[in-house]
Amino acid sequence: MEKTAAIELKNISKSFGSVVANKDVCLTVYKGEILSVLGENGSGKTTLMNMISGIYFPDEGQIFVNGEEVVIASPKDAFKYKIGMIHQHFKLVDIFTAAENIILGLEDEKKYDIKSAAKKVKEIGEKYGFAIDPMKKVYEMSVSEKQTVEIIRVLYRGADILILDEPTAVLTPQETKKLFNILRRMRDDGKAIIIITHKLHEVLSLSDRVSVLRKGECIGTVNTAETNENQLTEMMVGKKISLNIKRSEPKNSVDRLKVEHINCINREGVPLLNDISFTARSGEILGIAGIAGSGQRELLESIAGLQHLTSGRIVYENPKTGETENLRDKTPLEIRELGVRLSFVPEDRLGMGLVGNMDIVDNMMLRSYRKGKSIFLERKAPKDLAEEIIKQLEVVTPNANTPVRRLSGGNVQKVLVGREIAASPSVLMAAYPVRGLDINSSYTIYNLLNQQKENGVAVIYVGEDLDVLLELCDRIMVLSGGKISGIVDARKATKEQIGLLMTKSREVEHDEE
Amino acid sequence: MFATIINKAIVQGIPLLFGSTGEILTEKSGNLNLGIPGIMYMGGSAGIIGAYIYEQSVEVPHPALCIIIPLLAAIIGSALLALIYSFLTISLRANQNVTGLALTTFGVGFGDFFGGSLTKIFGEGGNISVKTTADYFKTTLPFADDLGAIGTIFFSYGFLVYAAIIIALICAWFLKRTRAGLHLRAVGENPATADAAGINVTKYKYLATVIGGAIAGLGGFYFIMDYTGGSWTNGGFGDRGWLAIALVIFALWKPNIGIIGSIIFGGLYIAYAYIPGLGRAALAIFNMLPYVVTIIVLILTSARNKKENQPPEALGLPYFREER
Repeated sequence: MEKTAAIELKNISKSFGSVVANKDVCLTVYKGEILSVLGENGSGKTTLMNMISGIYFPDEGQIFVNGEEVVIASPKDAFKYKIGMIHQHFKLVDIFTAAENIILGLEDEKKYDIKSAAKKVKEIGEKYGFAIDPMKKVYEMSVSEKQTVEIIRVLYRGADILILDEPTAVLTPQETKKLFNILRRMRDDGKAIIIITHKLHEVLSLSDRVSVLRKGECIGTVNTAETNENQLTEMMVGKKISLNIKRSEPKNSVDRLKVEHINCINREGVPLLNDISFTARSGEILGIAGIAGSGQRELLESIAGLQHLTSGRIVYENPKTGETENLRDKTPLEIRELGVRLSFVPEDRLGMGLVGNMDIVDNMMLRSYRKGKSIFLERKAPKDLAEEIIKQLEVVTPNANTPVRRLSGGNVQKVLVGREIAASPSVLMAAYPVRGLDINSSYTIYNLLNQQKENGVAVIYVGEDLDVLLELCDRIMVLSGGKISGIVDARKATKEQIGLLMTKSREVEHDEE
Repeated sequence: MFATIINKAIVQGIPLLFGSTGEILTEKSGNLNLGIPGIMYMGGSAGIIGAYIYEQSVEVPHPALCIIIPLLAAIIGSALLALIYSFLTISLRANQNVTGLALTTFGVGFGDFFGGSLTKIFGEGGNISVKTTADYFKTTLPFADDLGAIGTIFFSYGFLVYAAIIIALICAWFLKRTRAGLHLRAVGENPATADAAGINVTKYKYLATVIGGAIAGLGGFYFIMDYTGGSWTNGGFGDRGWLAIALVIFALWKPNIGIIGSIIFGGLYIAYAYIPGLGRAALAIFNMLPYVVTIIVLILTSARNKKENQPPEALGLPYFREER
């Protein structure tokens, strides 16, 4: 079959102030193919795609659609050339229905008629195998339903070129599989699809060709059939790195933290945690898996003393004194002093644990200012600590007095995790510590956690990437709807098994009880 | 008696209805315009200035011009103030609260200054009074007096009262049933989404805020021309501007609920007059009632936490596309 180019980029450059996001990028996508764009964080993938979809305007370079040079100055222009983008952070209005979101911004000649729009939405859904209720409000939808709305919106406008920005970051393995089948069907339908990702195995299983970006430049494009994980990683990072996590067998494991039948409800009386019981052992990494919002945050906050529990006990075996203590009676401060440390990386990366406008030293002091004896702050020790973390974890920053807000995401996380580790905890809870980090930084964090484990710390790791959970943890506990749906041995479990546990519905559980 | 109370409540409520309809339109675009009290004040003072200058400049005022000139003056005056607000908050992305409060201070000061001094400029003393013009605005439907209670409740008003209700209904329909209304709501909920969907966020924000300001200005204009009968008193408009903003919350950002709400607020505003034996202190407590009701509504809607009844999600936030 003769391949025709759907979209072609020539020497595209874009900078934000002094930061160069893209430099002389050339890229071609053909009709009826799936192209993966691979790259670390900050390599300019999203910026590049935003220029195709009209969010940003390129400083230099040309864009050709179907062989003709075009100017895409706004999202409207992009629609005109049948380009549709599915953003990583969904661009949906929460209180609108699916159908309202889909027709948003559409200025066709026809009368405003939500009913006929809903009908067309259903038809598109049936054509590609989506299940969708056009009248459902977005805020009542699951993440994968929201994504469905995004994709249908693009198809509704008749897009022939689809761009997906990290579409699988929030999906379970089963949902990912379903999405990929749909994408393949679209490809066979003659559409050109660009998918941005940094998951290598997805690239290999889905795409026809791969383009790799590094520091804003296009390193090269290869056929998927002729490449492998190692080559792609090398292209991405620019040097050979090993993608193995060194997992050691737990040594001298003793019970450190016993959570017994805890329950927790929110303001409206909806249960957030439902009869959770488990044990975290020293020298072991306990992974927690689950769809976002299944109670991970509430569980960790309960242990840290930040949630009000309606019932249950959290028993802590203090390694220093050998005594057992019930953490439920203690204040968050007392719990921290006992050596139970929480580093939570929320979606916006700041917000919990770090203050964006303060510098690294000040952020260190958030944990230590109470130790001071005089009325004046003691800045020497925190400054030393900050310098040490910067050196050890290779934090990229002009100096220790730079506001944390100005650091890139990965470096912010290193500061956060580094500070909690520096307190030599006995229980370390890390929630999404690699959220949005590139491969290199992620492995730095994994190694840090492994070191802590070898030092006899009980590590609780909440993660999104199941492959990593399986490689890093010793045991994995799966949460679903605020309940434990299973605890498995990470050395023996499979991804599919965990995926099933993640989506295990309440009805099924009732049958078993 | 009952018909009179309803009549009085409606008359009291109309300025609030204009104000809240205008503010709802504005807030639906994500702009929290706290300049509304000033803009309503401006609508009143600009209107009366227009009427005064026209009455002074001709021997026999023409009825149609008597209505059109002050009306245009009020609309232009209040729209201009809303335009300043839009320019500062949308184009320059200034803080919305500070800008709004500044405009309120300005609008009130402007009105009080010209209300007190315009007559001096023309060489007369005392406050402005434009009775001739006001009489045209107060003209009721001819058959109102013949219909007893029905006539008192439904037909005994000047045309601005009907305009207020019709404008509120049109706004409700516009927001709910039209494509442009959908787009406007999207801008207020999530401007980044609206932008990505190809909606011109800046255009919608400007238009909604300026038109909303003009509608709100009519509230002040109605107060001067119809309610007080065309005479200016410094500070006479009172706290009605803030009540209009409270009414927005009471109405849950729905102009059609605002119609009912304005009558309730109007009724509460004059309730003291129908309770015998009230002292000055008790009177102040009754004047507080609309705010108390608003707080109760706030508590109820917050506790229910229904997403549709919340303010537009991006209310008060500036939007800049290339922000990273």
